[in-house]
Amino acid sequence: MTSGTSSPVTGGAARSGPATGATGTGDSGTGVPAGGSRGRSARATGPRTGRPSAVWAVPGLLYFGIFAALPMVLVAYLSLTSWGGLGSPEFIGLQNWTRLANDPLMHRAVWLSLLLTVLTWAVQTPISLLLGVWAAGPQRNRAVLSALFFLPLLLSSAAIAIIWRALLDPNFGPLAWLGPVLGMPTVNLLGGSHSAFLVIVFVSSWQFIPLHMLLYQGGARQIPASLYQAAEIDGAGRLRAFWHITLPQLRHTITTSSVLMVVGALTYFETVLILTNGGPGTDTTIVPFLMYRAGFRSWELGYASAVAFTLVVVATLVALLLVRFTGFGSMRSTKEGL
Amino acid sequence: MRTPRLSSLAGAAALCLLATTACSGGEGGGGGDDRMHVWMYQDSLVVVQEGAVERFNEASETEAVIDQVPGDNYEERLRTAMGSSEQPDVFFNWGAGSIEPYVEQDMLHPLDDLLAEDPELAEAFIPSILESGKVDGVQYGIPLRGTQPVMIFYNNAVFEEVGVEPPETWEDILDLIDAFTEEDVIPFALAGGDPWTEQMWLQYLVDRIGGPEVFARIHGGDPEGWRDPAVLEAAEMVQDLVERGAFGDAYASVKYTEGGASTLLSEGRAAMHLMGSWEYSTHLDQAREFAENDLGYVEFPPIPGGTGDPANVVGNPTNYFSVTAESEHVEAALEFLKYTSQEEYVADMVENGEVPTTANAEEAVADSPNPEFAVFQYEMVRDAPHFQLSWDQALPPNVATPMVTEIESLFNGQITPEQFVDALAAL
Repeated sequence: MTSGTSSPVTGGAARSGPATGATGTGDSGTGVPAGGSRGRSARATGPRTGRPSAVWAVPGLLYFGIFAALPMVLVAYLSLTSWGGLGSPEFIGLQNWTRLANDPLMHRAVWLSLLLTVLTWAVQTPISLLLGVWAAGPQRNRAVLSALFFLPLLLSSAAIAIIWRALLDPNFGPLAWLGPVLGMPTVNLLGGSHSAFLVIVFVSSWQFIPLHMLLYQGGARQIPASLYQAAEIDGAGRLRAFWHITLPQLRHTITTSSVLMVVGALTYFETVLILTNGGPGTDTTIVPFLMYRAGFRSWELGYASAVAFTLVVVATLVALLLVRFTGFGSMRSTKEGL
Repeated sequence: MRTPRLSSLAGAAALCLLATTACSGGEGGGGGDDRMHVWMYQDSLVVVQEGAVERFNEASETEAVIDQVPGDNYEERLRTAMGSSEQPDVFFNWGAGSIEPYVEQDMLHPLDDLLAEDPELAEAFIPSILESGKVDGVQYGIPLRGTQPVMIFYNNAVFEEVGVEPPETWEDILDLIDAFTEEDVIPFALAGGDPWTEQMWLQYLVDRIGGPEVFARIHGGDPEGWRDPAVLEAAEMVQDLVERGAFGDAYASVKYTEGGASTLLSEGRAAMHLMGSWEYSTHLDQAREFAENDLGYVEFPPIPGGTGDPANVVGNPTNYFSVTAESEHVEAALEFLKYTSQEEYVADMVENGEVPTTANAEEAVADSPNPEFAVFQYEMVRDAPHFQLSWDQALPPNVATPMVTEIESLFNGQITPEQFVDALAAL
């Protein structure tokens, strides 16, 4: 799964390559036209100018082909079969796909996945944006606090899920005595439909906000100080400077971070497996968990493949749309005209 | 010049990754050498099988080795290995439904001839236990472990404090629930985060109300069997228990595997716990003082008006060894299976606190660390007209998985008993 859905991310990264290249030429003062003419002259004088030949792409392509493209083709084939992991897959045509289209559990999982994606983005983006911009500044204690905020990123997903399970235990966790103090006589967070889902949103935010904070910190550090100095001279306050300078300058960072968040939320899995096991009932059974459940609990690998393939297609489409509609794909520098 | 250097780095990284994945492919797995691989579910009881392998290796030309597979995803690992060329020669399983998919693919070696040639082996085990190692009337599994019936465990200290007696009838259970909730004690510890623990309740209720025939029909492949009135009545009783507060109100967040339910019992915050016999070893390991002084146990009571024999038992009859048909060591593997009925093997099991499923175990369990509990268990299983294997092990996985989810939803009050029956009949 991860290999399949990583393609849109790498796609995004590849696109951002030339964009940063343009930024580089802008900084060095040669300007955009110079960059363009260099490209043309490179083609004229041959490969000596330092452009890598196609051969350099072979290891990457091989790796992608063996571990991402080939499995995807196999999954597409398996989705047309009935297979329990033993013996040979039996070709059954589109049966898995008609079942998929009519499976209430799948409909629910799609809805929950979309909800998780939207909530993930809506919760994580503002917090990590503000934290990141703050961490880019020169305040006192900034380094220490940033390091603290960064800690969750150092833990593995499985460890995080196990820690939160223990913390949320209704009888022996800290919430068992903290709950009554806060006016909740019983803490049944993992056992309630809505609360279990919100716990997933919360834990994933706790885990991934540091990463996005780091992205925004890097982005904010790249904004030329002259912009803020000019704004100050013009009499703009901090809020206006944030709104009219920081945010527009972070446009590409927001897109990068959003694509990562959206694709990450669509393929989110370990935490659900360990924290809620898809429950209570099927209330946190999002699409990747449904795929696991169908494949490795029910041993309906054909059906699980259909779910997986849907997920790959949807995640790729969403990532492409994001890149397109945010103008990220047009590779325009945020420093044009500086 | 920056870019080429970067991509060569990336290329090197890719090669490293390729190399590491290639390496890790070589570890683990069954075959690959001349030894006979015996797959075991990893836990503290494997010492018994390791002893058997040691004795076997002294006598046999074939060298046997135990591969311990971490318990959590044993079945996933096994099934994946069985679908590859790295099959084990002999492997641990739950008999019946758990090996059915392999039997369907002709992947297992039938053991009928072995038992016919060696009547002593056939007579060594309790017949009802040996029966659960059969698929479609053919023997594919030989018992390898102690028996694991489900019973009600209780905390004696809590019972004394509240001034009540352990339950003997269903009325008692309902009275106890009221008595304990009044005292702010959870009547029954329940790990709703692991729905197989909730399944135990339904298994007993359905068996007591309608007898083993109800599930036998479902097991036979007739989903309409779920519409048997006994299932609906059992589901309504579950709903009633939940509403009476029998399990407290946070059970849905409790996990069994993290000791969440067992600790409630040993700390006296819950009075009773419906669980498999391994619960005793769990407490012995984690709350020794409680296990030795205050841990009590009774059989599940009869249900008024129920037609099922109150002596019936649910749980895991035992675990089994099966032999793969394509093993290069079939002869040696068959020889190895005979070691499970040997005196040393049985003695090792007893010493470990297990109750063997061999016919002569009655005398052997006298040497158990807790003879009283061992005899109780042994007699419970010996006298049971029917020993119902856990539903999720008996049914094929594509039915068992959604079934367990429906059971969880029923206990959480997310669906009504009628919806529960409809959902199961639709599987």
